[in-house]
Amino acid sequence: MSVETSFCRVLSNAFRASIPVLLGYITLGIAFGLTLTSAQLPWWLATVMAFFVYAGAAQFMAIGLITGGASLFDIGLLTLLVNGRHAVYGLSLIQPYKGTGLWKGYLIFGLTDETYGLLTTITPPSQTNSAHFYIAITALDHFYWVLGCTVGSLIGSVLPFDTQGLDFALTALFIVLLIEQIKRMPRLAPYMAGLVSCIVALFLVSARDFLLTALLLSMVFLMILRHWLDTSRVKQGE
Amino acid sequence: MNVSHLLLIVLVMTLVTVFTRAVPFLFFAKKDPPKLFEYLQQYIPPVVMLILVFSSYKAYTFTTFGDGGPAIIAGLATAFFHLWKRNVLLSIAGGTVIYMVLIRIV
Repeated sequence: MSVETSFCRVLSNAFRASIPVLLGYITLGIAFGLTLTSAQLPWWLATVMAFFVYAGAAQFMAIGLITGGASLFDIGLLTLLVNGRHAVYGLSLIQPYKGTGLWKGYLIFGLTDETYGLLTTITPPSQTNSAHFYIAITALDHFYWVLGCTVGSLIGSVLPFDTQGLDFALTALFIVLLIEQIKRMPRLAPYMAGLVSCIVALFLVSARDFLLTALLLSMVFLMILRHWLDTSRVKQGE
Repeated sequence: MNVSHLLLIVLVMTLVTVFTRAVPFLFFAKKDPPKLFEYLQQYIPPVVMLILVFSSYKAYTFTTFGDGGPAIIAGLATAFFHLWKRNVLLSIAGGTVIYMVLIRIV
């Protein structure tokens, strides 16, 4: 097979596999761009964020933090906690990503929830270089996200669009991610730890410091519960 | 808003995000992750997601004509869509549209 036909084959396979992400990223990206411009932020910030940060939940969250005047440190720490779940993904891709050479850095950069979902469920087409398939999927998803965010912010800055309530998309995204976590981890204890942390933080600190306080408290609870959670898991034979 | 400040925020967010995605490749490519990491990677994501949902709802006002009621209904709709079809796009778009409609008619 010549290099050119192999390239086309990989790209068309990757495109077909990535269509669900195309629909999701364009829609969510447009919602992000509209929310960003309605918060009086410049339209190009949506494009720059989509290209470099490339993390939906963190980007949505940053809009509120920027307009609320949060410090750079707070923004960095919250990004770390919101994206902390990504630190899990790579474990199952260490083997597949071996031999991807210089592209490995880009593949790691582009490891979003959806890209991870695609790469771990779809097997690369036979007779093609699997590294090329991973790169094509990652680059296509990245492109969809930049396109969606840019279109949204351009629409938002040109048309006086009534976007009130569109920011519910972030709440809905968190609900979806929570349900996915519950399916993966159907145990009561971690959610109770989170809930108790929230209630304590609600009464303990101002609204400004709520999120960070609740997150740090929950880490303390997790460390306290560690022995119990670990041993009860063994007993359940999971 | 100051352009260089916005770009600085983008830089910090980019570095932190890349770091979170690179952790396993940087530290555990050759050796297995320590027990504590395995424990935390199991339990941190569910806890964080619950806190993020709670934190989102804290921003709504729960009065007779506030946006809290619509947010609860739209949130339940989002959960319903997701448990039904497990399609991220449908769940988010469905919930958001219901919320946007409700806050306009309530």
